[in-house]
Amino acid sequence: MSWKTELKILAALVTIFVVAYALPLGNPKIQQAIQEAFRLLQWYARNHTLACVVPALFIAGAIITFLSQASVMRYLGPKSNPVLAYAVASVSGCVLAVCSCSVLPMFAGIYQLGAGLGPASAFLYSGPAINVLAIFLSARVLGLSIGAGRVIGAVTFAVIIGLLMAALFRKAERTKIEAALQIPEPEKPPRHISKTALYLACMVLFLVFSDWFNPGNVVVKTSDGRLFNAVVIHETKDTVRFQLEQDLGPEKTGDKIMLSKDEIAEMQERKTWVLTVYHIRWYLAGLCGLAVVIMAWRWFERDEIREWMLNTWQFTKLLVPLLFGGVFVVGFVSVLLPEKQVANWVGDNSLRSNLVASVIGTFWYFATLTEIPITQALMKLGMHNGPVLALLLAGPALSLPNILVIRKVMGNLKTLVFIILVVVMSTIVGLFFGVFWG
Amino acid sequence: MKKLQILGPGCPKCKKLAEVTEATAKDLGIQYEIEKVTDISEIMKFGVMMTPALAVDGQVKVVGKVPSPDEIKKILD
Repeated sequence: MSWKTELKILAALVTIFVVAYALPLGNPKIQQAIQEAFRLLQWYARNHTLACVVPALFIAGAIITFLSQASVMRYLGPKSNPVLAYAVASVSGCVLAVCSCSVLPMFAGIYQLGAGLGPASAFLYSGPAINVLAIFLSARVLGLSIGAGRVIGAVTFAVIIGLLMAALFRKAERTKIEAALQIPEPEKPPRHISKTALYLACMVLFLVFSDWFNPGNVVVKTSDGRLFNAVVIHETKDTVRFQLEQDLGPEKTGDKIMLSKDEIAEMQERKTWVLTVYHIRWYLAGLCGLAVVIMAWRWFERDEIREWMLNTWQFTKLLVPLLFGGVFVVGFVSVLLPEKQVANWVGDNSLRSNLVASVIGTFWYFATLTEIPITQALMKLGMHNGPVLALLLAGPALSLPNILVIRKVMGNLKTLVFIILVVVMSTIVGLFFGVFWG
Repeated sequence: MKKLQILGPGCPKCKKLAEVTEATAKDLGIQYEIEKVTDISEIMKFGVMMTPALAVDGQVKVVGKVPSPDEIKKILD
């Protein structure tokens, strides 16, 4: 029993007590907020849990169990080829940083024992943003373009920030620690790497198919005879909300309109390959799932499977409470946030909006994965796509507690420059993204 | 008296490693003291890039994973 953990439990209990004691349940705004919190939680439970979060947890567990992290870290050691080091550092977050708590020690290690400032900065910027769960959940919840923008933006700008950091401080000596680099000899892999790769690929494909979404492209015929192309955003019992794909009277392409169901005479799905895959997605996912089971049974030792399950369970315990707790709190708070204020600060794709988003992202602490429900709520309140991406890029890379640790590792000046680079780069990426995919 | 140091910033895996190590040391009945090293720059002084890690009498024995109790037994013996 340690004082610190016990005090944390006490603080949690006191918080719950204060909230339960003081919550003004009579206030209609609060009632609405409670309802929204549960509604959002249910939406995640119904739409994102079984098809996305659960398979992704198994994949994260498999990555940690079956891929040798030591062999990746080898490329970031002191004698590594610089070009290779940048490339590996910017994408290895995918394999290494499944848990965000491992990012900081690896960053410190790459900087002080290994490849140096540039690759270490690159790793720190992209690492937390490109783990499997973050990628799939962003693409699913926030939209494919934002998910893709997040991955590409994180990787590309990681390299640029790394190179800039290395160039700016090329003369500064780092205080190299006199310690022999401890990287365990990679154990002889029990099977050929291609088998492991095929195995992981099948699992990722399972996730891709099980998570395949209906793009909702439809041709709508209204009862008064108008015909137009649109995307279904939201459908309730009596109404459908569309985003127009062509001008319709006073409404322009991209505008959102609401029609009640008796106004709609006919609604037909437009045949695209995306839709075809959507209709057979469970067969495809099932096929991949079957392949995974067969491979696991034929190729893997019982011990390995047990370790895989154990690792998956560890991630589940760590991430699921954070994600769903985060979703609940975000649902509650989003009702209380003044919509006008949000729209005022980050509602357009201006320089200021993007700057505000990346500064907030830089200092605010996002617990792993909670950045996704938070940005989702902000988008609903009118946040523009550009600032959304700026927030997603700056958010997980830095936070106030992180900054304090980084300062200890590389000193005040370098930390300050890194913070400025992250803010500036995230703002620029957000701006560009907002222009093209706003 | 063996000095067991658990290196890690306090992530769940580090706690797991501390638990397993302590339990194994008790099982073996050896004299030990356990220390948790959570400061990043202290961890770096061991030359470790991947946490959690286990050092016995200042020698790093395990890096980047939580080994099974059997493996820890071999290390401690």
